[in-house]
Amino acid sequence: MSIDITEFYQTFFEEAEELLSDMEQQLLQIDPSDPDSEQLNAIFRAAHSIKGGAGTFGFTVLQETTHLFENLLDKARHHELTLDPTIIDIFLETKDMLSDQLNAYRQQTEPDSATYERICNTLKALAEEKGQGEGAAATTTAQTAAAGPAASGAMVIRIAGVAADNATSLAEELALFGTVLEQQHANDVLTVQLETATGEDDIRAVLCFVVDDDQITFESAAAAPSESAVVAPAAEEAEQKALEKDDATPPPAVDAAAVPAEPAKAAAPAAKKAASAASSENASLRVSIEKIDQIINLVGELVITQSMLEQGTADFDPVTHGSLLSGMNQLQRNARDLQEAVMSIRMMPMDVVFNRFPRLVRDLAGKLGKQVELETVGKSTELDKGLIERIVDPLTHLVRNSLDHGIETPDRRLAAGKPAAGRLTLSASHQGGNILIEISDDGAGLNRDRILGKARENGLAVSDAMSDDDVWQLIFAPGFSTAEQVTDLSGRGVGMDVVKRNIAQMGGHVDILSRPGQGTTTRIVLPLTLAILDGMSVRVGEEVYILPLGAIKESMQVKPEDISTVTGSDRVLHVRGEYLPLVELYRVFDIPEAQQDVTKGIVMIVQSEGRSFALQVDQLIGQHQVVVKNLETNYRRVPGISAATILGDGSVALILDIPALSRAPQDREGSHTGNHRSAATLH
Amino acid sequence: MEASAIEKGQLEGEGHEFLVFRLGAEEYGIDILSVQEIRGYEGVTRIANAPSFIKGVTNLRGVIVPIVDLRLKFALGNADYTAQTVVIVLNIGHRVVGVVVDGVSDVLALTGEQIKPAPEFGSTLSTHYLMGLGSLDDRMLILVDIEKLMTSEEMALIDKAA
Repeated sequence: MSIDITEFYQTFFEEAEELLSDMEQQLLQIDPSDPDSEQLNAIFRAAHSIKGGAGTFGFTVLQETTHLFENLLDKARHHELTLDPTIIDIFLETKDMLSDQLNAYRQQTEPDSATYERICNTLKALAEEKGQGEGAAATTTAQTAAAGPAASGAMVIRIAGVAADNATSLAEELALFGTVLEQQHANDVLTVQLETATGEDDIRAVLCFVVDDDQITFESAAAAPSESAVVAPAAEEAEQKALEKDDATPPPAVDAAAVPAEPAKAAAPAAKKAASAASSENASLRVSIEKIDQIINLVGELVITQSMLEQGTADFDPVTHGSLLSGMNQLQRNARDLQEAVMSIRMMPMDVVFNRFPRLVRDLAGKLGKQVELETVGKSTELDKGLIERIVDPLTHLVRNSLDHGIETPDRRLAAGKPAAGRLTLSASHQGGNILIEISDDGAGLNRDRILGKARENGLAVSDAMSDDDVWQLIFAPGFSTAEQVTDLSGRGVGMDVVKRNIAQMGGHVDILSRPGQGTTTRIVLPLTLAILDGMSVRVGEEVYILPLGAIKESMQVKPEDISTVTGSDRVLHVRGEYLPLVELYRVFDIPEAQQDVTKGIVMIVQSEGRSFALQVDQLIGQHQVVVKNLETNYRRVPGISAATILGDGSVALILDIPALSRAPQDREGSHTGNHRSAATLH
Repeated sequence: MEASAIEKGQLEGEGHEFLVFRLGAEEYGIDILSVQEIRGYEGVTRIANAPSFIKGVTNLRGVIVPIVDLRLKFALGNADYTAQTVVIVLNIGHRVVGVVVDGVSDVLALTGEQIKPAPEFGSTLSTHYLMGLGSLDDRMLILVDIEKLMTSEEMALIDKAA
């Protein structure tokens, strides 16, 4: 073969994965008692495209499974098979199987044959039981055979822009569909007359992994019975409909095609098919994350260079250097815009996260014998990709908790005067520079007494006078679980502390609001991105450090009488009735030539992990947005420092790790690994 | 000096090429393949509570790179910093680190027979980090396994867990 078909594997895997996730969405939305034919068509087409691709690449197991699946779907959309919830369950299971098979092929292994046989038998049984005697057709192993009675037709396929050496292998590919009556290759156009029972769509679906859709044209061979009653009159009808819709209201239909994840729009699947692979390629571009990070790095450099230039030209006389200075202004604007635009590439909609929950909720609710309606709000809210990936696990845990402990069984709900079906809402929204994610249920709410009881059992210091908020925070303690019995879903107490820790690592925090009998809301607040930080730069001696702005409560100059000592060396600052430990940055970091007299410097009141303390610095410089650079890429973790950044003059400034600084001074001394200088910091 | 190095490399056929630098009066050689670039010493930000030979970190085109002064590490020469101070930027196992030396003098190719095993010395530079002693005419080059040295625990450049 002169075309190295493995090149297209990746494309196929990615497309097939998208098709499968679309399929799942559709399956979850379908109403078994009154299936929407557009949805059935969309599911059918997804299965069909995967089958076509799998055939081309020789993924036999995947191909045959999708084939059986497709037959059933075809019957369903022709109303030969009546859907019911059990069948939907089987379909969903099949979809999972297909995902597994796809992953197996991706890892270049053969899929597990036992599960394959099991699912095939289930599907066959279903076909025999429900279909009218057509089950036998399902057992054919014929390559991409068409479903139902095969009416062979001849057609002429022209593929433009094919080099001579590729033509032969393409023709070989086409020969898999039927008998090649005639083939010729001239002026880079391959013309094949093919006698086949396969429809145009199928051939297109297979070829679209190899050549662009618009390179292919089909013609019915004049003599032959025109192409196939087989290929789904419904599909054509649907396409026709989509086209009509296209004509009537072109812009929305095109939009719908560009957003394949919006299956609710009836026109979307059909229009998508009509636009085929071409539109999805135009709508988005797959780029590796390293490339994007590289661009982000370079743009960061550009912005730094720009501010260096700006500093260099600041003293220039505007009269003699007018054009240079206006150019500098323009450069500044452009550089900022560019940085913003580049940062937005990393942003992804919350949709990506929320999409996995309908299935999870459905399965869990089924297992627990509960009825749950899931609602998602703010799917288009965007969040940094790095955070999106890390928020999935904590969210999954919280959703499981809500289902397991929050929402009650239908009879209990009815007894409490609530509707039988519980409501679980996932929402995401922007709030200033943060994103707010809420998981709320209308279940039983947290049980204050039980939490307090459990806390006492675990030896935590609690009192009955604690506020509700403080009580709810207890469930984040390690090893804490109030479930009456441990289920395989939750209740082992390994969860909430991990959730809290993960979210804290992302620079966010979690709060719980709960009312007995009315439900629980968990709110997660996260920064929009990890790559940029709002910081305050401070000077100590000759050195500049960055404090995360979010940690700063206030800054002040202190009077000598506000300072007291504890055990002679540790000092505390008296602020409005509170005594805060005073951390002298020059002492912690052993900074020479720093202002040692606290009354002549500035004190920043900072807060972290619920604790406040006072941080002594020499001077505030200003507020900046800084690009966070990992210090550990080339060096090691430094106690008291979370990361580094590059300032406008090209020099490196270190970003303070407020939580680490807030820990007791003896901890800090203990964590010094470089012992050459730590003697000087002992007091 | 680069021309001579290339010439020599070609003459010797196989054999390692070494970047030769001075620390005090001594000449050291490191594998040229681990050298990324050579630049001046500037804009180093001190890191608190690090060993004294770790001068701090600098910005190398957007990458934060630690700078180590080998003169301080081996207690050789005067550790003063002028416009002529040279930093050899090394690329070792996906990490970038800068090394301050007194001066870079040459790139030399040595064959296997020109490299003699190192005798046992005192403790400043353990033979563990030496590839041997290179002899070229009447010069002696101390050939350092720079990768082993830079990733060693005593350089304190990498977290122990890493």
